[in-house]
Amino acid sequence: MEEVPHDCPGADSAQAGRGASCQGCPNQRLCASGAGAAPDPAIEEIKEKMKTVKHKILVLSGKGGVGKSTFSAHLAHGLAEDENTQIALLDIDICGPSIPKIMGLEGEQYVEDNLGVMSVGFLLSSPDDAVIWRGPKKNGMIKQFLRDVDWGEVDYLIVDTPPGTSDEHLSVVQYLATAHIDGAVIITTPQEVSLQDVRKEINFCHKVKLPIIGVVENMSGFICPKCKKESQIFPPTTGGAEVMCQDLKVPLLGKVPLDPRIGKSCDKGQSFLVDAPDSPATSAYRSIIQRIQEFCNLHPSKAEQLISS
Amino acid sequence: MEAAAEPGNLAGVQHIILVLSGKGGVGKSTISTQLALALRHAGKKVGILDVDLCGPSIPRMLQSQGRAVHQCDSGWVPVFVDQEQSVSLMSVGFLLEKPDEAVVWRGPKKNALIKQFVSDVAWGELDYLVVDTPPGTSDEHMATVEALRPYRPLGALVVTTPQECTSIFSSGGGEELARHAGVPFLGSVPLDPELTRSLEEGRDFIQEFPKSPAFPALTSIAQKILDATPACLS
Repeated sequence: MEEVPHDCPGADSAQAGRGASCQGCPNQRLCASGAGAAPDPAIEEIKEKMKTVKHKILVLSGKGGVGKSTFSAHLAHGLAEDENTQIALLDIDICGPSIPKIMGLEGEQYVEDNLGVMSVGFLLSSPDDAVIWRGPKKNGMIKQFLRDVDWGEVDYLIVDTPPGTSDEHLSVVQYLATAHIDGAVIITTPQEVSLQDVRKEINFCHKVKLPIIGVVENMSGFICPKCKKESQIFPPTTGGAEVMCQDLKVPLLGKVPLDPRIGKSCDKGQSFLVDAPDSPATSAYRSIIQRIQEFCNLHPSKAEQLISS
Repeated sequence: MEAAAEPGNLAGVQHIILVLSGKGGVGKSTISTQLALALRHAGKKVGILDVDLCGPSIPRMLQSQGRAVHQCDSGWVPVFVDQEQSVSLMSVGFLLEKPDEAVVWRGPKKNALIKQFVSDVAWGELDYLVVDTPPGTSDEHMATVEALRPYRPLGALVVTTPQECTSIFSSGGGEELARHAGVPFLGSVPLDPELTRSLEEGRDFIQEFPKSPAFPALTSIAQKILDATPACLS
């Protein structure tokens, strides 16, 4: 379809504004003028700020509602159980910031001494206020979060993202590109409707050269607390994450079963890992968190390499 | 093709319903599809416009993946998903060369495509146009509302789950939200793995599973919409 714009060459590419796919794009003139060619000074500033941040993990999914924020929050809680580790959780889901609620925060930013959170949710006057911003304004906010927040010495920065492959994702990857992102954890449910979107997300990661730590299959089976029988509420009609990971050659970090207590913990802003230590979901989370730590330690950042050499 | 070339493409559409949610994964596409099928079973001609550019789910739900989109004098011809041609669909999913290709576009480019989708699809005569949106409140939503504004959409259907966090998942939250916002509460749809399976395989749930607990819920919602929209003879 010639009418459909193919992939944008990128505002900073030599083809910006001049490529065949630029015809009809509202930004064409701007790009053709070379305005996009100069690198954003914020990128260098962010690189400086990020020097004190050892590991950066993006939590992604193509699909909404699969449990990214729930997972990000519990990844943060799990890592923060070690008092000697400093954790920062950044919520860049500007339209639907779930993290303040899941972490039980209404304005304060520290959940524990070693676990700090930043979200646009904190900047809203009321939790019901909709943030109806277009792309450029969202990008500005993300830039501010990364450049203007005093992160300090952080062992793990976890970035929770909105669903999709759009402004927020492009921006966070662009802004953090020179600061070295360890990788992305991609969340899915077993359904094909979710995998469909997650395959796109995996392709997005390849396109922007973002390493993939692995995929987490959430809501993978439901074990009734009374009769202990397992049901598949979201049947893996096309083989679930396991088959997708084999096909696309990405690691499957683990499968987390549905436990109704997870939702309750999140609604109360508490750590499910603490609320229900015996749940099979808790063991699943812990094992996945361990694998993520192993990945990060196997692939140290340049800063770490310099320090240890 | 200029967006303003064919002002008449929505002239034959009687009612437009926008399906929204702040939260992702609550079932907008599911409800959009099921609502369209329910309205069809009530004898209506329905169109579905899928403006979720990053995650177009509807083609698969109606077993229409990979269908080709053709052009006519008035613009794009929507894809008919059934033999009787009572349900038509336009989705960015049809325009992708490879289904796993990510649409990684920034806001302005998405806005441009949505404007085209809204004005350049030759819908013909429709009783209802159901517009499925992506999660959130951003570029796509603003572009869609702005593009539809001249045609006075019927209204919005907000899909939620019971959990507070949007809340295996509890119950009663949606009704509470409707009360709080002073808008009509159309109904609750219970979780049914058969519904999920149907959608995965692109089957007609309403035809196949009249015994499912989700069936009375979905048909009741469709009926409330039919009751709220007296036949407009404009």
